[in-house]
Amino acid sequence: MSTPVLLLHIDGQPVRVKTGSSVAAALRVAGGMGVARSSVTGQPRAPFCGMGVCQECRVLIDGRQRLACQAVCAEGMRVETSE
Amino acid sequence: MHADVIVIGAGIVGAACAHALAQAGRRVLVLDARIGGATGAGMGHLVVMDDNPAELALSRDSTARWRVLAPHMDEGCAYSACGTLWIAANEEEMAEAERKQQRLREHGIDSRLLDAPSLARAEPALRKGLAGALEVPGDGILYAPNAARWLLAQGGASVRVEHAKVDAIEHDGALRLADGSRRSAPQIVLANGIEATTLCPELPIRPKKGHLLITDRYPGTVHHQLVELGYVTSAHHSDGDSVAFNVQPRPTGQLLIGSSRQFDTTDPAVEAPMLARMLQRAIGYLPGLADLNAVRSWTGLRAATPDGLPLLGKHPWRQKLWLAVGHEGLGVTTAPGSAHLLAALMTGAAPGFDAAPYAPRGLLETA
Ligand SMILES: Cc1cc2nc3c(=O)[nH]c(=O)nc-3n(C[C@H](O)[C@H](O)[C@H](O)COP(=O)(O)OP(=O)(O)OC[C@H]3O[C@@H](n4cnc5c(N)ncnc54)[C@H](O)[C@@H]3O)c2cc1C
Ligand code: FES
Repeated sequence: MSTPVLLLHIDGQPVRVKTGSSVAAALRVAGGMGVARSSVTGQPRAPFCGMGVCQECRVLIDGRQRLACQAVCAEGMRVETSE
Repeated sequence: MHADVIVIGAGIVGAACAHALAQAGRRVLVLDARIGGATGAGMGHLVVMDDNPAELALSRDSTARWRVLAPHMDEGCAYSACGTLWIAANEEEMAEAERKQQRLREHGIDSRLLDAPSLARAEPALRKGLAGALEVPGDGILYAPNAARWLLAQGGASVRVEHAKVDAIEHDGALRLADGSRRSAPQIVLANGIEATTLCPELPIRPKKGHLLITDRYPGTVHHQLVELGYVTSAHHSDGDSVAFNVQPRPTGQLLIGSSRQFDTTDPAVEAPMLARMLQRAIGYLPGLADLNAVRSWTGLRAATPDGLPLLGKHPWRQKLWLAVGHEGLGVTTAPGSAHLLAALMTGAAPGFDAAPYAPRGLLETA
């Protein structure tokens, strides 16, 4: 039996992940450093603590600011990492 | 280095004192324990307050000084000349806005009344049905921890900062540090905020705890520092807990949301019921806040005197000691005026306004 997979979009790119994955995990699957956002000075920031404390993983999910490490991927979700 | 003056505390008040004393030609040693204080926890609103003539004189002088310094400050100080909108919720508060404008005008401070439609145009995120506002364009904001560092750096070779904790002020005015060593100078300035009573238990200073919360970046949501006119009545109860609507647009696009007041607790914990009350109050003015993402919340302690004015001047009985403490919720604003006054008194110059209302008072006579 194959693991259920769902499809979401990160910055417009389709990404397939296992059901139950966090958006932080999807950022890694999407490639590279798994960058979530950029700081005021433009530095890339990636999920760090993985438990909702550091606030480094903020992304726009379906138009709302959320924490990638605390959000579970859903079919058709649209994630934006550039503010 | 031989120092003419030692300043205890490198918060915004100590830093401003060191800056003013260096400008007056003094060599200054600043001792800071790095335990932090209100400067790192507050809002950084530079605001003319007019509850009484002394507060008005000090805050007017200070905001003018900040405006002179602002063009020289580095970007990290995050100065913004956003002005303040004092929001009137109803006709009664609108009448208060008019009285406030009158008081400010008598002291040469520019302000402008906004009726309900102009207020809605100026700040579309505010709820419908507000009566109007008084705009004070000369007010601003800055990031106080960096402004304190910047003020110290302006002193060049005349200001030296040493990381050391002062454990006691001895009878001859010498300072005993935590490592057992001593420091002495002809004049000492006590500017260590809420910790002042650990060195001088006779000071009439009580902690007033405040909660703040900051959101993610939402640029363009709010344009001015927003304060409810009811703030003055809610913030100045001498006892009991209170909250007031107070929102600051950070230059990053974040919104800094205050503020609460609680007496006689030094517990730094964020208290959910207090935070909830504060946020409910804020959402009552800016309904859209409810949909925004909060990034952090924290607390700080204001050093409150019974009459709300700082203690600035010579300690009545301790040798060599000068006081620059008790700035409560206005110390970022009033740091440069306080420093000017104190430096003038310490060097025998004439201050630009009357020093009498701030002279150390109400000290408990201890043995
Ligand atoms: C929630 C909140 C909101 C506020 N909002 C505003 C605002 O919008 N506008 C405004 O004008 N003001 C505001 N304030 C008030 C303002 O922050 C304070 O009045 C001001 O920061 C006080 O500065 P300070 O330098 O006196 O003290 P602090 O900033 O507390 O600095 C004291 C320094 O002394 C050092 N120290 C302490 N003990 C010792 C020791 N024994 N030896 C050596 N060093 C020592 C500490 O390390 C610290 O650096 C706010 C305060 C709070 C809590
Ligand atoms: S990784 Fe720290 S809050 Fe999400």
